[in-house]
Amino acid sequence: MSKMSLDEINQMFPDVLKEIGNIGAGNATTAIANMLNLRMDMSVPNVELLNVEQIGTAIGAEDSVIVGIMLGVETDIEGSMMFLMDLPSAHRLVNRLMMREADYNEEFNEMDLSAIKEIGNIIAGAYLSALSGMTNLTITPTVPYVAIDMAAAILSVPAIQFGMVGDKALLIKTEIGDDLGINGYYILMPEGDSYEKILRALGLPI
Amino acid sequence: MGEMIKVGMADLKVCKAPDNLTTIGLGSCIGIAMYDPVTKVTGLAHIMLPDSTQIRNNSNIAKFADTGIKKLLDDMIKAGASKNRIKAKIAGGAKMFDMGGSNTINVGQRNAEASRAKLKELGISLIAEDCGLNFGRTVEIYSENGDFLIKAVGKTPYKI
Repeated sequence: MSKMSLDEINQMFPDVLKEIGNIGAGNATTAIANMLNLRMDMSVPNVELLNVEQIGTAIGAEDSVIVGIMLGVETDIEGSMMFLMDLPSAHRLVNRLMMREADYNEEFNEMDLSAIKEIGNIIAGAYLSALSGMTNLTITPTVPYVAIDMAAAILSVPAIQFGMVGDKALLIKTEIGDDLGINGYYILMPEGDSYEKILRALGLPI
Repeated sequence: MGEMIKVGMADLKVCKAPDNLTTIGLGSCIGIAMYDPVTKVTGLAHIMLPDSTQIRNNSNIAKFADTGIKKLLDDMIKAGASKNRIKAKIAGGAKMFDMGGSNTINVGQRNAEASRAKLKELGISLIAEDCGLNFGRTVEIYSENGDFLIKAVGKTPYKI
């Protein structure tokens, strides 16, 4: 069995990877909607395979400020995942959680940041439990970390991660809650042979 | 007034005064600016990873500190710069998420170290740098005087 590069895997099994993305993102989005007591009206997640050089502009202008939540992924597979939101989406989400006026947009305080981390926990947990359920692999998230900065700077983290193993990265876009209008993006960054493990667990001929 | 030419991620460009170069949102990547104060030939590279020899897929030479800096220098010399006058300034190499441990997270620091080492190997003097910490940087290099302007979210722009 020869070792495949991540790019080769991405090219051979785009539908499988998209499906993992869809189910994971769907689960995660449902979790947020439940938490916020929103009417669920999720768009079908849009899965894109991008060149790493394009990641910096995938969410909007390179210098637009976004919120990134990053968690490590461990146990049977290793790597990390990210949930990203544009700043207005993050404000709407935190305002809803904190029961504030919808248009409040002062800089996030400590409480807001912990709320954002908690959102990250819930999203990652739901995403990974979907993946876990499909593969029978034990997949656990680590503590989340938050960064609020220029999109290109935050996205350099997954760009570099994918750049180490290939030229392509998988980005999943989802919209949550029709009255709230939150745009969220997921990036799963498997390390080492984790992608192969996932695909093998799904019964694909790797 | 010259044009402000944009350099993308894993990309490099050379220009001459009055034109200037910029790259937006350096995170763990490094922006390497080089200029020749006499001919005012200026270059900027936006590298993502320290070492092309550690990566199987290394066809884009602008992606790596070792090959990117060498190419930038060659292109500048072709454009009329004199190697012994070229000065370098670098910025970036941040740790965007303070997670400790893992390779990915220290890649900013490794990028900065690799950039310094390559400049030294090529005999280019590194006269200023603004690397590390935990924030993204947009940089602009002005070919007229070699000013390297750094912009970050919530900070007053500063020159190095």
